[in-house]
Amino acid sequence: MAMKESEVKDRAGFEEAWREFAGGSWQKNMDVNSFIGRNLTPYEGDEQFLAPPTANTLELWKQVSRLLKEERERGGVHDVDVNTVSTITSHAPGYIDQDKETIVGLQTDAPLKRAVQPFGGIRMVADACNAYGYQLNPELERIFTDLRKTHNQGVFDAYTSEMRAARKAGIITGLPDAYGRGRIIGDYRRVALYGVDRLIQGKKEELLQLEVDAMSEEVIRLREELSEQIRSLGELKAMAASYGHDISKPAMNAKEAVQWLYFAYLAAIKEQNGAAMSLGRVSSFLDIYIERDLAEGTLTESLAQEIVDHFVMKLRIVKFLRTPDYNELFSGDPTWVTESVGGMGLDGKTRVTRNSFRFLHTLYNLGPAPEPNLTVLWSAQLPENFKKFCAKVSAETSSIQYENDDLMRPHFGDDYGIACCVSAMRIGKQMQFFGARANLAKALLYAVNGGVDEKSGAQVGPAIAPITSEVLDYEEVKAKFDVIQDWLAKLYINTLNVIHYMHDKYCYERIEMALHDRDIVRTMACGIAGLSVVADSLSAIRYAKVRPIRNEKGIAIDFEIEGEYPQYGNNDDRVDQLAVELAEGFMNRLRKHKTYRGAIPTMSVLTITSNVVYGKKTGSTPDGRKAGQPFAPGANPMHGRDRKGALASLASVAKIPYEHSLDGISNTFSIIPKALGKEDAARHSNLAALLDGYTASGGHHLNVNVFNREQLLDAMEHPENYPQLTIRVSGYAVNFIKLTREQQLDVISRTFHGEI
Amino acid sequence: MKGRIHSMDTFGTVDGPGIRFVLFMQGCALQCQFCHNPDTWDTKGGRQVTVEEILREIEPYVPYYKSSGGGITVTGGEPTLQAPFVAQLFKACKERFGLHTALDSSGFCEPSHAGELMRYTDLVLLDLKQLNNEKHERLTSQPNDRILKFAAWLSAMGKPVWIRHVLIPGITDQAGDLTLLGEFIGHLRNVEKIELLPYHRMGVYKWQQLGHPYPLDGVPTPTEREVERARELIEAARRVTASRP
Repeated sequence: MAMKESEVKDRAGFEEAWREFAGGSWQKNMDVNSFIGRNLTPYEGDEQFLAPPTANTLELWKQVSRLLKEERERGGVHDVDVNTVSTITSHAPGYIDQDKETIVGLQTDAPLKRAVQPFGGIRMVADACNAYGYQLNPELERIFTDLRKTHNQGVFDAYTSEMRAARKAGIITGLPDAYGRGRIIGDYRRVALYGVDRLIQGKKEELLQLEVDAMSEEVIRLREELSEQIRSLGELKAMAASYGHDISKPAMNAKEAVQWLYFAYLAAIKEQNGAAMSLGRVSSFLDIYIERDLAEGTLTESLAQEIVDHFVMKLRIVKFLRTPDYNELFSGDPTWVTESVGGMGLDGKTRVTRNSFRFLHTLYNLGPAPEPNLTVLWSAQLPENFKKFCAKVSAETSSIQYENDDLMRPHFGDDYGIACCVSAMRIGKQMQFFGARANLAKALLYAVNGGVDEKSGAQVGPAIAPITSEVLDYEEVKAKFDVIQDWLAKLYINTLNVIHYMHDKYCYERIEMALHDRDIVRTMACGIAGLSVVADSLSAIRYAKVRPIRNEKGIAIDFEIEGEYPQYGNNDDRVDQLAVELAEGFMNRLRKHKTYRGAIPTMSVLTITSNVVYGKKTGSTPDGRKAGQPFAPGANPMHGRDRKGALASLASVAKIPYEHSLDGISNTFSIIPKALGKEDAARHSNLAALLDGYTASGGHHLNVNVFNREQLLDAMEHPENYPQLTIRVSGYAVNFIKLTREQQLDVISRTFHGEI
Repeated sequence: MKGRIHSMDTFGTVDGPGIRFVLFMQGCALQCQFCHNPDTWDTKGGRQVTVEEILREIEPYVPYYKSSGGGITVTGGEPTLQAPFVAQLFKACKERFGLHTALDSSGFCEPSHAGELMRYTDLVLLDLKQLNNEKHERLTSQPNDRILKFAAWLSAMGKPVWIRHVLIPGITDQAGDLTLLGEFIGHLRNVEKIELLPYHRMGVYKWQQLGHPYPLDGVPTPTEREVERARELIEAARRVTASRP
């Protein structure tokens, strides 16, 4: 998609839009990272420059808060447009309060009115409408049942009976087979930097390059996809035009840059209801425009913050229509509008800018909130002032998460973003096929019970001989567990192959992929749940005596443990190495299988809030966990078993090898404020030191919550007093009061470091 | 040599400066009514460990302790009951890791017993519970003369001390007692900090688990204003005393 020098000069708009910017290869080639590298102003100072909210911001946020309150009072959904299929151009412009909005654009014609997005599956849409007291237009239901096939229908056409059984038993769960898969990040910055016309031109050139000798299946598919991408870019322009903006040309100033970028993101969420619709890494990119405007005297700090506040306000009200059972898995209506902040450049300069501070500052100007999912890319080399500010924001809002830039940069370069919770990907150059997770705790029970499901009694796994001994023998369990894992890894990859084949076919992400390079890296992002349950179970079998209690069918429904055994979370290698081997072993099994579109298999140790549902679906385990009790979230140690304090707990988790869990290792850390130190300054520096230590020891991700258990108990009783109480769960944040009661209790029962 | 310990915490931030490894020793000679760790009293409880074993527990986290200006704090229980063991541990922590060492003690200890320990102790967190001797005995089962002697001994050697006082409404917060405390501190030459610890009830469940009746049933935790008032009383008395020649 190279441009000739003369073209660059001749094209009206470019010269002016790019005034004062340091030139470079980014002008000829589509290369946002080179633009950032050449033009970024790193910021080493403190937060004193930040501005409070403007009157407009306060007034707008008051209106949004009122709408959000109404939404809660209406049972979780404010309104649904049941008659319109959401596309990039489907809805007339919508506003919160047009005169006050610096940044415009809504998913439908009114704030919080949810759209119908049936390409992933019509069933989920109809059920969601019903659940909230709406009726989907029957004509739409007929069209997407009889005339236009959905992703969901495609998947179930191809699923094997074994896949259905595994799904039903809950040994593989959370699969994106009934709605959008998400976890794809368009490079929304390209629209601001280059304008849509240039993007269309680039895609047309790519299409031309694909006029090749052999029209193979790959070439045909790619040609069709590129044509769809070009069409979607046209629709993006039309949608922006309906709001009175011509985004065919690049953005001229900071406000336009934010607006152009947001339109691109808005197009994506109008078209796709992906599980996670992440934003990428935009704050420091936008800083370049803000710095230029500030230097030119056309912008003040107050107005710069206003633009950011208004943009973030829009990101906070991104909504998708979901069914209640989806919320049981991923509670609190999450959308994972993840924004990656900070990090270091490969040139050794920090990518922290003033705008990194402004994004975090929205948590004060607008109060705490779960979205956008603010993710700080932490490095030992980050400016000290920024580290302290982050620690302060964490201690005061519990709204940010941290991921180890020093660990990810060698794998993903310096222009990656986090999709969803912990999934790093190079922006515009890489995507993933989201694969939810396999339940390894259940797999362990299958090893004991000969592939029979402990809840249903059905033969779901391979019919190996069940273990019949009175006391479980470690070597025997391990050998059988190996067999079950072999089976599970194969089935899992095959299931994902079906899902993503059909998603590409029936629910292709046109606009997001239009904001990618033509040739991209794809990963098959698998995941595991129950890491700590399995590690502790294997440890109990090895170091204590574990006796299965079997029912009349011979299925082990409970376990008696005699003696003590080392538990994961105390930095004890005897058990921690079992967790390490588990992660590495399952990953190596995944690597053996052929994936759709040559995707590279990866794995996450992440549950989000589904650790509660996984626990419900899994019988008693040999570690002493009773049937139905929740798993620990992500890679966390089991509740209350980490008895040597926070550092020992973190050290255990940091051992899980990132190279075998490249899709992320989630750890959620809760601590009472008093346990961080006696004075604010000490609390902030202790927390920053803790993050430095955790990342230096190879830990990947850390959610940080700082609050008292009493506060959460009070919020359960008096939710009306805590509309913005935000807590971090595995990989994202939620409004505490929007969690189900079960999940609230789960959060409260977890280890709070510092309680005596 | 072996020491008898109760437990450990790798991330302590409230017992001395920075992030600290906190070792809870087993066994105490006092029986304070407000104690939040009554399970550490029994000198035969807990488990026995060597200095080497504790060092192995500390080692992985040394970077956290050093970069945060922290170190190790030994508390309890009453650590001076096992002074030779703690001295060895502190000595090794200094030699091997260069760690800052803090001793959290009731001061119920004969100075002659703690000489070696003080050689390797950088900071003493000294709990002065009640200056009124009669009330002290009622509260802790022992008189306070030995404690005050210990405090004076530390002052004479110039050992840095943080005085800690647990503020219990109705029991340790009378104006007269707080003034006495301030005056006593005013005589000391080594006090870097005074920490007022508001009484809390988080240890009550441990009394129940041990089957002991909780002596302070119904006593509330002090309000922030009460803590502020106590601080002012102590500081005022301290200033007056310290300004006298």
